[in-house]
Amino acid sequence: MRTFRIGGLHPHDNKEFSAHKAITDVALPTQAVVPLAQHIGAPTKPVVAKGDKVLVGQVIAEAGGFMSANVHAPVSGTVAKVDSIVDSYGLPMPAIIIDVEGDEWLPEIDRTDNIISTIKAEPKEIIGKIQAAGIVGLGGACFPTHVKLSPPPGNKAECLIINAVECEPFLTCDHQLMLEHGEEIIIGIDIICKALGIDKAYIGIEGNKPDAIAKFEELVKKAVNHVEVVPLKLRYPQGGEKQLIDAVIRRQVPSGALPIATGAVVQNVATVYAVYQAVQKNRPLVDRVMTVTGPSVSNPGNYRVRFGTSLNDVIAAAGGVPEDTGKIICGGPMMGRAMANTNMPAHKRTSGILLLPESMSTRREPENCMRCGKCVDVCPMGLEPYLLSKMGDMRMWDEMEQHNVMDCIECGCCLYTCPSNRPLLDYIRMGKATVGGILRARAAAAKAAAEAAKAEEKK
Amino acid sequence: MNNLIVSPAPHVHTSNTVTKTMLNVIIALLPALVVAVIYFGMGALIVTGISVVSCVLFEYLINKFLLKKACTIGDLSAVVTGLLLAFNLPANLPWWIIVIGALVAIGIGKMTFGGLGNNPFNPALVGRVFLLISFPVQMTTWPVPQGFATKYIDAVTAATPLSAFNEGATEMPSYLDLLLGHVGGSFGEVSALALIIGGIYLLARKVITWHIPVSIILTVAVFSCILWLCDNTYMDPLTHLLAGGLMLGAIFMATDYATSPMTHMGQIIYGVLIGIIVVVIRTWGAYPEGMSFAILIMNAVTPLLNHYCRPRRFGENPKK
Ligand code: SF4
Ligand code: SF4
Repeated sequence: MRTFRIGGLHPHDNKEFSAHKAITDVALPTQAVVPLAQHIGAPTKPVVAKGDKVLVGQVIAEAGGFMSANVHAPVSGTVAKVDSIVDSYGLPMPAIIIDVEGDEWLPEIDRTDNIISTIKAEPKEIIGKIQAAGIVGLGGACFPTHVKLSPPPGNKAECLIINAVECEPFLTCDHQLMLEHGEEIIIGIDIICKALGIDKAYIGIEGNKPDAIAKFEELVKKAVNHVEVVPLKLRYPQGGEKQLIDAVIRRQVPSGALPIATGAVVQNVATVYAVYQAVQKNRPLVDRVMTVTGPSVSNPGNYRVRFGTSLNDVIAAAGGVPEDTGKIICGGPMMGRAMANTNMPAHKRTSGILLLPESMSTRREPENCMRCGKCVDVCPMGLEPYLLSKMGDMRMWDEMEQHNVMDCIECGCCLYTCPSNRPLLDYIRMGKATVGGILRARAAAAKAAAEAAKAEEKK
Repeated sequence: MNNLIVSPAPHVHTSNTVTKTMLNVIIALLPALVVAVIYFGMGALIVTGISVVSCVLFEYLINKFLLKKACTIGDLSAVVTGLLLAFNLPANLPWWIIVIGALVAIGIGKMTFGGLGNNPFNPALVGRVFLLISFPVQMTTWPVPQGFATKYIDAVTAATPLSAFNEGATEMPSYLDLLLGHVGGSFGEVSALALIIGGIYLLARKVITWHIPVSIILTVAVFSCILWLCDNTYMDPLTHLLAGGLMLGAIFMATDYATSPMTHMGQIIYGVLIGIIVVVIRTWGAYPEGMSFAILIMNAVTPLLNHYCRPRRFGENPKK
């Protein structure tokens, strides 16, 4: 089995808690709080006002540009207000609040389980439908999918790589989705291939999901295009876009370049399922599957949650917050964010909720770096975390830039592996923020200088 | 539930710690200690005990009274230094010389630079070389291995295979004796076999990687083989590999984290150069044994190797 070629490690995957638990629906909330920004890019503009009646699937906030994604009503009912709430990280979050009444969907949405395999839409139309449906990358980054499917001029897509790796420990929602909706995912792959005008796709699945590998080995025979299942050796962070491309087609994205430079377009498997829903069934993105899990959660599993449902309700569906909980994480344990509370709605980015017991919630005391080199060994980007963190500590921003700090993908491998518990990634994040600021300032200054020179010339 | 802990990712951590790493090194050194006791009797244990206790004690005292920092002896690194220092000493060394060695190793070799991980030179070797230069007579009279009959005081002494060879002896011990360690010498370095067993354990527990020991051993083998083929009055490659401090140095001393390069490329260059320097010192130098000097010299080169041997960045001339 293949894997990416630099660094990586294998944390205990802890998937046994929620693996193979059938996807179940979480009950509709009485009030849905739908955030206006659930993606990377420009914020959306609300198009409903207080008192408006909305149906499920109706656009309630329009994309604020190409690099943005529509927000649809995930529930039916009356708009109570358009307001700003405080999210679980203490930041303001503009949202549309809807009082739920029944579950009425827009009539054009096909909610049956019938599988429609003929793809009628033309490439342009497909991308239009994906854009209208507000689909974003559901692997965690929430990058608008239609943008990714429209390669910038000068770049050509050669193949599609489906990210079915799910390398974060604890999370199992993609795995379960593949087991339950394999046929739809295959059609989704054909749809995206058609949109991109290519006929080659790979599905990267890690070896800890042998049932999914076996199932897809069968299913790909039905695909219109050449779809190949690529079983991958267990290794974190294989689900990182750059690592996955390297593992599957042995090409490495150069520093600073977009992944499309290698000719590969990567889509998460849950995104592919959403694409199928949007293109074949007119169903916009109003819900997603997420894993709710943890060592002491009483009913861990994979849940389908409408956006806007409070995380409190989602956790309640999994048996509530266990007594010993010390930390609640949105996402997986390697890259997820710890939340100060759970008074926040689920949205497109919520790939999982992980409740860790207190004993697993704190870091150990840092000791001296013993220069064992383990952080260098595991860094999937070929960086020197021990050195970067020392430079960060001493505020040596130029040196950090020279040592490629901006290439860090914040996978957490270095901090995970350090026997001395050095807070490596904390320093590196600080360095990235500062160096990023310096780079932007430099670019702005260069632009201003160029413009001034031009103005000078005109005179 | 009111007091959720919020901290940046990642939220999970390896179970590996500094203490566990050091414990593994200690376990890996035990076979060699057992062999030493079998061949050199209680002397080996006494020297080891004095060295370990004084290293730990000096680290504790320096932290407490001079640096006024938190106590670090719990990480067991001082125990490792004590063991490695002892392994480089004759089994009949007077106790006060050992204490001086420990003071130099911990005080000058380690704590002056800020403790674990900050020292540019291997502390045990700093201690050993200091003793070698200050007490050349005591440091080069090795007891004859007579098992438990070997006395700590007034032991019958003899030369090591390497020094004997240097002085032109023609009768060399058999390879089997060299492998098992039934020869004179610093008591921790005599048994190549016990050290290799320890090395395999360290590799299996992923404490070290193969790069440094293998590159040293291969270089010594190849280089000494070339010399020997040119002129067979030079020492043969197998004796080079099995005698003296080569295995102890290659497996336990050169692989010291703080003083060896961080990247595999750097480690291979480091190992190759150590191998070359050892053979050169042994063949043409004034000392019969050159492992300690070779490692110390390369310790000094490590920062340079770290600077020039960067890991290959992702996306940088990928191998096809
Ligand atoms: S893993 Fe930790 S102790 Fe080892 S070199 Fe990196 S920072 Fe230092
Ligand atoms: S977080 Fe950054 S520096 Fe650390 S291992 Fe990952 S990519 Fe390397």
